[in-house]
Amino acid sequence: MSAEIILETEGLAKEFAGFAAVGGVDLRVKRGSIHALIGPNGAGKTTCFNLLTKFLSPTRGRIVFKGQDITAMAPADVARLGLVRSFQISAVFPHMTVLENVRIALQRLRGNSMDFWRSRAVLNQYNAKAMALIADVGLSEFANWTAVELPYGRKRALEIATTLALDPEMLLLDEPTAGMGHEDIDRISQLIKRVAANRTVLMVEHNLSVVADLSDTITVLTRGRVLAEGDYATVSNNPEVREAYMGVGHA
Amino acid sequence: MENVQPAAVVASRSPSALRQNSELIAFALMAVGLAVAPFFTYPLFLMQAMCLALFACAFNLLIGYVGLLSFGHALYFGWASYVSAYAAKSWGLTPELAIIAGTLTAAVLGLVAGSLAIRRQGIYFAMITLALAQMMYFVALRAKFTGGEDGIQAVPRGFLFGLIDLRNEAAMYVVVLAIFLGGFFLIYRIIHSPFGEVLKAIRENEPRAISLGYKTDRYKLIAFVLSATLAGVAGSTKAIVLQIASLTDVNWPMSGEVVLMSLVGGLGTIFGPVVGSFVILVMQYKLAAVGEWVLVIQGIIFVSCVLLFRRGIVGEITAWISGRLKS
Repeated sequence: MSAEIILETEGLAKEFAGFAAVGGVDLRVKRGSIHALIGPNGAGKTTCFNLLTKFLSPTRGRIVFKGQDITAMAPADVARLGLVRSFQISAVFPHMTVLENVRIALQRLRGNSMDFWRSRAVLNQYNAKAMALIADVGLSEFANWTAVELPYGRKRALEIATTLALDPEMLLLDEPTAGMGHEDIDRISQLIKRVAANRTVLMVEHNLSVVADLSDTITVLTRGRVLAEGDYATVSNNPEVREAYMGVGHA
Repeated sequence: MENVQPAAVVASRSPSALRQNSELIAFALMAVGLAVAPFFTYPLFLMQAMCLALFACAFNLLIGYVGLLSFGHALYFGWASYVSAYAAKSWGLTPELAIIAGTLTAAVLGLVAGSLAIRRQGIYFAMITLALAQMMYFVALRAKFTGGEDGIQAVPRGFLFGLIDLRNEAAMYVVVLAIFLGGFFLIYRIIHSPFGEVLKAIRENEPRAISLGYKTDRYKLIAFVLSATLAGVAGSTKAIVLQIASLTDVNWPMSGEVVLMSLVGGLGTIFGPVVGSFVILVMQYKLAAVGEWVLVIQGIIFVSCVLLFRRGIVGEITAWISGRLKS
């Protein structure tokens, strides 16, 4: 396996009581690229994500990240290796402030998270770094807001700031623009583009204009299998892909 | 970028920092109140109440700040009191060493029970903790050193550090007050520590905490052991104060009582369990005349708490004050 490939799966499969949600997927993600995973509903995209980050255990197959077999690893260990995911439903800590949300990620890196005898005032050492990350996603004026009060698009931005606090080598974004208005979609797209400058991004996305705009490589899944792969032009001209999408009523 | 505020300013204005300040003031008031209280009521009653209050606080650390319902906390409270009583009576240890022995016992029991229970969630977690506690209750019933139905009686209070005679009620009171305030402050510190911050994150959104690389089981286990250990401090101290260790403290109704106390006072509020345990104890004393009916009245209070004011006494008051502040 070449150093160019950061994440690779071989025959990745997941069956739920006989139903093959993912049925033997070979995926190769190039280091430094933005790779999109698309497909109609129920194609197995989110299941794939859960397998890659070990939130689910595969029935068969192998996952290799940075040359290391992570098939049997615990989800927290996968995150520690630098493969960090987001969730379809925005994943923030709702009753903590924006600043506290980002600090949680920062304090894990420093490794004083087990200190139960010290005042949380020691966490103030991360404030400057956290505020910089928060400014980066345009949330400075919201730093003191409780996360639950933020509008939806801002929550996604906060989630990305929290993820970036870990400085992961690879980001897995599950439908980053789902449920957003145009303005928010533009802002998040710009943000992803900026974030991807020095890391690898694998994302599940329904909004095809976002996919066309951002992705270097696109993998199309249907019924748990890879249907096509390539850049946007290649994939969108593939007759099978057109049929799969038209067939279930997507544009 | 022009909107960037100095980080320190942001932190000091945050809602949690505000709450922390008001909690410190309330802590000082509570300390002063308990220091003068023996001039107005029976010191023995107050000492017993402080032991139970610390027990409830330890329990609340788990349910209120990690979201884990242990239904077997009498295990740590009761076994610590047995070991503490036995150490003081049969080994002739000084009271502080007896309390340490009881506390260490609770810590070890907490580590074993916690490792077994922590992998399960919700009702399964509660059932495993209950089953283990009942198992150890029967051990306490059968074992020789616990005295079975009789318990361990006439435990000597002894001399603190071999010097201070604790038969003196005032000296004993100061010791219990110091242990209670120390234990309470430790819980306060745990909640407002970097570790407590992670606990909060786990309670709010565990999958997200895992995806940030936190091994959440490990954090839950540490919280469990801390809770059991502090319950052990309370149980050990109670055995020295009341000079007895008995089956009552290790049986399941005690596990239920600590749930009731925390619930009445307010789960997840730091002062709630203290208020709750004093309220329940006062009620038990005042209503002693009506006999078994105390249990019926307790049941009614329990049900109305759950149905009408879920946040408990302290929780409702805090919510009312913050509502007033906002409007």
